[in-house]
Amino acid sequence: MPLELVEPMEPEASDKEYLWTLNFGPQHPATHTTLRLILTLDGETVVKAVPDIGYLHSGFEKLGEDLNYNQYVTIVDRMNYISPAANEVAWHHVVEKLLGIELTPRCKYLRTILGELMRIHDHLLCVGAAALDLGAFTAFLYAFYQRELIYDICETASGQRFHPSYTRVGGLLYDVNDDFVQKVRAFVKDFPKTHADVCRLLNRNRIFMDRLKGIGVLSKEEAINLSCTGPVARASGVVRDLRKDEPYLAYGDFDFKVVCASAGDCYARYLVRMEEMLESLKIVHQAIENLPGGPVNVEAGSKVVLPDQLSTYRSIESLIQHFEVIMPNRGFAAPVDEVYGAVESPNGELGFYVVSDGTERAYRARTRPPSFIHFAVFPYLIVGHQISDVVAVLGSLNIIAAELDR
Amino acid sequence: MAHDKLLALLQERCGAESFTTSLFRDNQRVIAAPARLFAILECLKLDAGFDMLADLTAVDYLYYPDAKDRFGVVYALLNTATGERVYVKTYLNEPDLQVPSAFPLWKGADWMEREVYDMYGIIFEGHPNLRRILMPEEFAAFPLRKDYPLRGKGERHNFPVLTRADG
Repeated sequence: MPLELVEPMEPEASDKEYLWTLNFGPQHPATHTTLRLILTLDGETVVKAVPDIGYLHSGFEKLGEDLNYNQYVTIVDRMNYISPAANEVAWHHVVEKLLGIELTPRCKYLRTILGELMRIHDHLLCVGAAALDLGAFTAFLYAFYQRELIYDICETASGQRFHPSYTRVGGLLYDVNDDFVQKVRAFVKDFPKTHADVCRLLNRNRIFMDRLKGIGVLSKEEAINLSCTGPVARASGVVRDLRKDEPYLAYGDFDFKVVCASAGDCYARYLVRMEEMLESLKIVHQAIENLPGGPVNVEAGSKVVLPDQLSTYRSIESLIQHFEVIMPNRGFAAPVDEVYGAVESPNGELGFYVVSDGTERAYRARTRPPSFIHFAVFPYLIVGHQISDVVAVLGSLNIIAAELDR
Repeated sequence: MAHDKLLALLQERCGAESFTTSLFRDNQRVIAAPARLFAILECLKLDAGFDMLADLTAVDYLYYPDAKDRFGVVYALLNTATGERVYVKTYLNEPDLQVPSAFPLWKGADWMEREVYDMYGIIFEGHPNLRRILMPEEFAAFPLRKDYPLRGKGERHNFPVLTRADG
C-alpha cells in the first residue's frame, strides 16, 4: 500500500479526537500510595485531570463513633502515617478542648517537641520522595536516614516506631526518661549537617530547578478560595500558621519564624518545607533545653486520666477511677456539645469536628484532612503542563492516601 | 468583641430573624434554616471577609440525646486577614435533604460537598459534579448514617463471581 501524505488536522473546538486518555492508575510507583488520575492528554500536554480516590477508604470516621477518645488515637495515628504523632496531638487537642481540660506544662512541652519532630519527619519524606520521583536518589537516602533517628526517638518515648499512640486525654501514655532527652539532643546537634547536604544537592541543582520552577503555580487568591493551608498555602503567599495565629500547647513560649514564599510553584513549596525544618529544629532545641519538671498527666481529680499505680493500690478513689477509665462501657462524662479545633500539622490545618453525646465515645469524629483538600487543587494546577510534571506537582502537594481517603 | 460585631453585621444585612447563635468554648455558631443558608454564607463571605471555607461536614443526629432534626450540615469559615472563625449550621430532615451548594462562593466546597453526599446522601443543588467520591460509584447506601451498621451490609462479601467462561 502506497504511503499517503496525511494533512495535519487543524484542531477546532469541536474536533477533539486527537485527545487521548491515560490512566495514571492506583498502582504506580510515582503516585504516592493509591490514588488514581484520569488524564486527558494532547500529546504530552495535560488538558484535563480527573482524580479518582477512595482506594484506601477504611471507614475511620465510622470507627470514631465506636471507639472511645483514648482508643481512637490509634486510628488517628494511621491517617497521616508519615507524621503520626502530629495527628495524635491534633486529636487530643480537640478532645481536651471539648472537655475543657488544661494540660500540665511538661505535657505541653513534650507534645510540642513531638509535634515538631513529626514536622521534620513529614517534610523529610515529602522532600525526599519528591526528589526520588524526579531521579535524585542520594537526597532521598540522606533524608531517610534522619527519619530513622526520629523513629528511634518515638520508640524511646512509647515503644513503637511508626504509630506511637502516645497521647491520652489529659496527658501522655508515659513520661519520658533521660534516654529520650539524650536522643533528642543528639538529633538537634546532627540534623543541620544533613539538611545542609540536601540543600547542597538540590537547591541550585540545574535539573531539579528546571523540573520544579514555574510548575504548578497556585496564586494566593486561589489558594484561599480552595481552602489550602500549610506549606502549600504559605508558598503561595498566604501568611497563616496556626502556631502563631491561634497558639496552642507551648508555641507561645518559643521564638520561631513562619516561612512563606510568594511564587506558589513547586520550587517555592520545596523551599518552604526545607526552611520549615530548620525552624522546627529551633523549636525542638528550645523546648528540650527548657523542659519543665512536674507531672505529665493532669491531676487525677479531673476523672479523665489514669491515676498513678501507687495511689491505685493505696486509695479507694484512685482504684475506682482506674476502673472507670479502663473498663469498656464505663468512662468519663463529656459535655453534650460539639466543637471544632485545629492544629498546624505538617501538611496544613488538621482539624477535628467532634460531636459528643455525653459518653466517653465521640458521637461524630470528623477529620478535616489537609491532603483531601489539597488533592482537589491538583486539577487546577496541572492544566497545560506535561505528563512528567504530574509527578512533580503530586510530590509537592504531599498527598497522603490514608488522610485523603480515611 | 469580634463576635458581637460580626453578629451585629449579620443581623443588619440578613435580618435578625434569619439565624440564631450559640457559643461553646471558642466556637461562635450561627444556625440558619436551609432556605436562608446561602444568603448568610454569602453575607459572611462578601461583607464580613470570611474568605476561606475551612471545613464542610454533616452529622446524623438520629441517636443524639434531645435531637429535633435528623441531619446537620456544618460550615467552618475562616477569615484569613483577621483569623476569626465562625461556624454556620443548618438542620435538615427527610425527605428534603437538599441544601444550596457553596461552590459558587468557595471552590474548596467542591470535594467536601461530594464527600457529604457520598457519606450521608445530602444533595447540594448547583454543585457541578455531585457524585460519589470515596465509595465506588455503584455503592447503594450512605455509610456514615447512623442506621448503616459499622461492619456494612455484606457489600464486600457479595461481589459477582466471574469465571473464565464469562470472559
